[in-house]
Formats: sequence, C-alpha cells, structure tokens
Amino acid sequence: MSVKEIKQNENNIQFHMLPNKKHKTLTFAVKFRAPLERGTITKRALLPYVLKQGTASFPTRKELQEELAELYGAVLSIGGSKKGESHILTFYLEVPNEKFLPGTNSLLERAIELLYEIVYKPNQEENGFPKRVFDREKEILRQNILSIKDDKASYANIRLMDEMCSGERYSIHAQGYEKDLSAFSNQELFTYYQNMHQEDEIDIYVSGDFDAEQMLNLLTSRFKRSSKKKEAPVNDDVPAQSVTSKELIEEDQMQQAKLNIGYRTNILFRDEKYPALQVFNGMFGGFPSSKLFINVREKNSLAYYAVSRMESHKGLLFVMSGIAPEDYNKALTIIREQLEAMKNGEFTEEELEETKLLIINQLKETLDHTQGMIEFMYQQVVGHKEITVDELFHGIQQVTREQVIEVANQVKENMVYLLTSEGGEADE
Amino acid sequence: MNKQYFDTIDETLYEEKLDNGLQVCLLPKPELAKTYGVFMTNYGSIDQSFVPIGQTEAITVPDGIAHFLEHKLFEKEDRDVFTDFTKQAASPNAFTSFTETAYLFSATSNIEKNVLTLVDFVQDPYFSEQSVEKEKGIIAQEINMYDDQPDWRLFMGTNKALFHNHPVNIDIAGTVDSIYTITKDDLYTCYHTFYHPENMILFVTGNFDAQEMMNLIKENQQKKSFDKLDDIKRQFPEEPDTVKEKNLMINMPVSIPKCAVGIKEPNKQLEGEEYLKRDLFVDMVLDHFFSTGGEFYQKLYDEDLIDNSFFFESNLQTSFGYVSIGSNTNNPEAFSSRVQELLLSTKDHEISEADFERMKKKKMGQLLRAMNSLEFIANQFATLSFKKVNLFDIVPFIQKLTVQDVNVFLNSWIEEERLATCTIQNQTVDK
Repeated sequence: MSVKEIKQNENNIQFHMLPNKKHKTLTFAVKFRAPLERGTITKRALLPYVLKQGTASFPTRKELQEELAELYGAVLSIGGSKKGESHILTFYLEVPNEKFLPGTNSLLERAIELLYEIVYKPNQEENGFPKRVFDREKEILRQNILSIKDDKASYANIRLMDEMCSGERYSIHAQGYEKDLSAFSNQELFTYYQNMHQEDEIDIYVSGDFDAEQMLNLLTSRFKRSSKKKEAPVNDDVPAQSVTSKELIEEDQMQQAKLNIGYRTNILFRDEKYPALQVFNGMFGGFPSSKLFINVREKNSLAYYAVSRMESHKGLLFVMSGIAPEDYNKALTIIREQLEAMKNGEFTEEELEETKLLIINQLKETLDHTQGMIEFMYQQVVGHKEITVDELFHGIQQVTREQVIEVANQVKENMVYLLTSEGGEADE
Repeated sequence: MNKQYFDTIDETLYEEKLDNGLQVCLLPKPELAKTYGVFMTNYGSIDQSFVPIGQTEAITVPDGIAHFLEHKLFEKEDRDVFTDFTKQAASPNAFTSFTETAYLFSATSNIEKNVLTLVDFVQDPYFSEQSVEKEKGIIAQEINMYDDQPDWRLFMGTNKALFHNHPVNIDIAGTVDSIYTITKDDLYTCYHTFYHPENMILFVTGNFDAQEMMNLIKENQQKKSFDKLDDIKRQFPEEPDTVKEKNLMINMPVSIPKCAVGIKEPNKQLEGEEYLKRDLFVDMVLDHFFSTGGEFYQKLYDEDLIDNSFFFESNLQTSFGYVSIGSNTNNPEAFSSRVQELLLSTKDHEISEADFERMKKKKMGQLLRAMNSLEFIANQFATLSFKKVNLFDIVPFIQKLTVQDVNVFLNSWIEEERLATCTIQNQTVDK
C-alpha cells in the first residue's frame, strides 16, 4: 500500500499532488501555517468567518454560495486548527469530478479560479473588509467563544490545557479570546491577512482522480507569491522538565462529571519512539478493546466513555472520561492502575499484536478518505519527518513489548482536572 | 444474484433476497483498502407497541428498549463481541435511531471473517438478568451525558412540542427510570419479533469479490432456522396533524439562549416515489431558503438573530416527519416569530426555473460527494430500502423533477398550526 505524492516547490509555495482513483470528487486544500501567538490568534480565528462572506467577484455570501451551487454543490470550508505549537488556517474546496457529470466542462478550471479568488481576492472596502461583515462576524465569533462553555467535554479539555500548559505556547486557544476582539481594527485585520500571505508557510494539496502535470500547471499559474519573508517556524517544543502532578476541581451546573488527565510523553512525531507510543496509546485507551474502556466502563460501569488521545507535535497524552460525580476517586484510581499495569508490562503478546493491526487498519481507513489522506501527508510537513506508508506500517509492526513498557514509563501524569456538578465532590 | 450497473455513479450493485427473507446487497469497490458492512433492522425506538411474533395481542414495552437491546447484543455468555472484532483487526460499532437499529464494522483485512462475525453475533442473542442489570449503570451515564448537552435537549424539546402522542417525542435511549424497568424477557420478545431476517438488510461495500461473498453469506444463513414471520403489526397512537405545544421553554445553564422552530409534517404514510419526492422537496427547499446563500438566512443574519450555530434539518419517515430550524440567539422570541413569518411567506412564493436548475445541480453534487463514503452508501441504501426507495435511483429522479411540482409543494407546505417553538434559556439570566 502506498500514497502517490508528487511535490513541487514553485512560486515560494509547496504543491502536493495526491492523484488516486478512490473518490468521485476533487479536494483542494490550501494551508497557511504560523507559530501560535497570543497576539495574532484572535485575528487568525476571525479570518475564516470573514473570508467566507464573499470575494471580489462574488461580493456577497449569496453570490458566492450560488457559484458553489453552480459547481454542482461544491463545498467550501475555511477553518483554523492547532498542531503542536503551530496554528494552521486551511481552505478546503471539494468539487464533484466532472467525469461523473456528463455534459459539463471546464468545471475544474472554474473551481480553481474560485479557490484562487477566495484565497487571494477577498471582498475589500477601502483598506479593510466590508465594515458590516467585519462587525457582524466579530460578534458571531464572540458568541462562539462564549458558548464553548456549553459543551462540557470541550470545555473540560480546554481548562485542562490552560492549567497544565500554563505559560507554554500550546495553551493558546485556537478559537481566539473574547477580550482581544476589541483590540484590533478592521484595517489591522486586513493588514494581518496580507502579511500572512507573505510570512506563513503555504502548502497546497489536491486529492482525487486527475492528471498531476495538468493540475500543477493550472495551479502554479494562479497561486504565486514573490517572496517569503520569514524563516520556517521551528516548533518551540522543548519539554518541561521534572513533571509533578497537580489536581484541579471545578464545578458547573451539570449531571455528568468530566474527568480529564494530562500526561507528558515528550515523544514527538519525528522521534524513533513514536511508533511504540502509538502502540502504547492503542493498548491504554485508543480502542474499545483498550484497558481504559474495558476496566473503567465494562468491568466497573463507571463511565460511558473513557479514552486516551495523543498530541503528536507537543508530546502530550490525554485521558478523557465522563463519570458520575460521586465516582471521582474510584475512577481516578482505576485509570491510574491501568497506566501502572502498562508500566509493569501487564499485557499479553496477543493484545500487543492485535493493537498493531488495529492501528494499521485505522491508518489505512484514514487514507481512503480524501481529507484524511491530505491531513496524513500534512502531518509529515508539520512534524518535520518524511516517511512512506510502508515504512510507517513496518515501524509499527516492529514495536516490541519492551519498547512499549519503556514508553509507558516515560509517560508522566501532569494534571488531573475534574469538572463536576455543584456540590458533587462533597459526596466523597 | 441480481447484478445492476448504475452508470450515473459508475457503481455495480449485487443483490439477492435469501430464502429466509434476508435482503443482501453487495457493492464491491476494489480501489479502496477498506470494507464496511452494516446489518440493519427495521426497528427503532418508536416501535414500542406491537404484536410479538407468534402471538395475537399487542404489548407495549418500556421506553429505550431498542437502544438497550443494541448495547446488550454485543455481550455473549463467555465474551464481548468487541473483542472478536478486535482480534480480526476490525472496528465494530452500532447505533439506534427512531426507526432503525444498525450493527456495523469496518476493516481492511479478514473481511470474510468479519462479515460472518457481524451476522453471527446479531443472530445469536444472549441476555441474562445479571448482564441486563449491569448495563443499566452504563446507559444511565449515557442518558445523563446527553441531558447535559443543550443541543440534544433542544432537539428533543422540539419533538416534544410538535408531537402529542407519537413516540418520536421520547428520547431514543429512554429515561433513567424507564430503563431500570427493562427485563431480559422484554429483550427477547423484541429481539425475536424485530430481528427476524425478513425485517433486516445486510449491506457490504468495499474490497472483496461479490460472488464469493454472496456464497459465504448464503451458506451461513442456510445453517440457521427462524420461525415464520407474517407482517409485523406495529401500533402507533392517534396523532393529530397540529402541534402539541406552541412554545416549549426549557431551563438549563447556557451562555447564549438556543431556539428552534419545528415544522410538523402531515402524517401521510409515504413510501416509494411519493416518499422520495417529498423528502427531496423538503430538503431542497430548506436548503434554498436557509443555507448560507439563501434569502431567509440572509434576512436572519442581517437582523442579528443568528450566529454560525444556525442549522436546519429534516427527518421524514413513514409514520412521522419533522423539520427543525434553530440557532444560538440573543433574542429567541424575535428569532422564532421571524422564522415562522418567513416560513408562512412561502405560500405565495414562486421558485424560478433558473433557481430550481441550480438547486438540482447542488443536490446531485451533494449526493455524489456523499458517495465517497462507504458508510453513507451502505447506511442510506439500507434505511431507504425500508421505505421502498433505491438510493442509486435518486440522481436520475432529481433530473426529472420539475419547477411546477416544486412550487405546488412549496405553496401548500406550511400551515401555522403545524409550527412550534422550543427555547432553551438560563433561568438565572431571566430573573
């Protein structure tokens, strides 16, 4: 199994062609990457909202959406995300492949032209975005920031990160800050958008059934920049030394409590130990067959969910669970026991091999998805490591029991965070 | 085995109804690494009152039993089926909706083994009193988790406002009280009636050979015996076309109020082309007015009544149907009355030929895009088959729709007495 990738660096932009016959659509992704910074994050969070409202040729949202409908319901999405200590702004455009639409032509050219417009030619008024759009979208982002608190699971994750990584870049909120929204003007946002075009790392991906050479010609004739001012951002990912564990309990009006635990693995995507960490995570809490699910949920009926997830670019691991408030101490004890069991090598050869297969299975499935394939390839760019799919699978297959135990012993609990019902903890 | 090629999407479907009544559909996609299989029964949370197989009198079972059964089917006397799939490098899962229960897996290896595991575990129930008791704690946690989610409360609240008696107004998982009354005998009764092959479909799509797969499934089914099943008699309470409650308020802590306007679809017991046509019209018309490029969306946006949590969704089934249009909003009253006013204005609205052509293009493109997903193809094909609709006929069907038809639908779609509002607000803010 392999992924065909044709790369070309031109016009100070990195192009990645991923031709494959798996899909009925073509997917374009344009990615802007910069270091996470408190000073710019709220602007970067607001830009997707504003840019979706129109372009120079399609100045209103209605006109832009009608053009997308004309392209047979092409889908545009613009969003920001955090990978390690970088922030990535992605423009996705997915358009049906004209092969399945007899009687249509130049759908591809028209789609590329639209993508170019969205990325390069926003609807501009004087030195900013249209005032009405700026004001309105700022208000919408403000409401979204406020309503994060209503999704208790996400809110608990953010609170854990705030406290555990306090003072580190990684704790910066990708969705921006309410109080920073009033700290910049429309013109300043526009200037930042222009700077981003000069300073960010830009990667462009295309996945689907197409001719790579033709696609490259079409894209490089449109997507250009004269120079790139800054050097590539280096991840500021030096791990914190001598980890000690902290505990924080907060209360809210809710019935189910969220118990989240943060750990330091200090193992990054590019490290040799990374495959062993993947296998460790799989056995610890990555699958329904994992220790956490079996012991917290199945054997003790303590939770509806109990899972672990890795942060591959910062060297963190998180356990997330939803429990009854009165079960806090019991659940915490059982979760800690599972990590101890991993450290002591309390797992069978069979479980080890099964987990490897599950991970490989999961990766293969990811590669069947059009966005999944793009994100998989982009992880290598962010993680500063190129690896073929076969090498990756081979790496996972080679992981030994001793390596998993070694990694387990490197995983250090750093923060226990409980979001619980008011008065819930008093039951203990 | 029937073989049918659909040129609009370049896919070949193999289909056969087995002797025991099971419908088997296979869609090979050799260019993918993955295979997805779903085994679905035409049985969901609303099927609470029915005549059990081999009996003559109707019974009513506790709320949430279909979902409870879904959980319990994974557990066998000596093991959990999750482990079987795990050993075969597959990811299993299941879901229960108002009208279906589905068991599924995805895998990139051991495909035949995994298909057999799927079929065998669903057709071999083991319920014990002890394991039924143990599950109650887990499901109670699940119910509490949903109760903490304002979006879920808004969704169920809208249904509660729309429906007087139809069980679509009850949570799919039931309540903590109702699930505690479930017994193992209840589970067996529901199981034997609704998990009969005649009431089920198996859809497998991905990387395999169709003929070999069909032989394998047939051989497996021939070894099993089932009681004879006549038509399942399901009973639904009398449900008026009008809404139950014009305005339903729910108090819970939210940072910004949430509001949804529900439209109750008249109960027409639609199937086949009639069903498909109405379902497409509801969907396309909603999209036309309320998607981010739509006229009504623009008005709500300009009047500061919505943010980007704005949503609209429709669910049309044979025994019920509803539409929900909602958002986080600082002014729920104004949002509700404006949405209702806009909906009522569709009586006199005429969609132009050009707009309708664009709506058709968009809908066809959306379907093509959705068909990138094996899960979509299999799940949609299965649920539509229960309504006597073939998923792969939809694209040509859309091409035939006319602007006259859509306008006839539009002008009779909305009636004030079939509209209701649900609002979620923080009590403390109001005081």
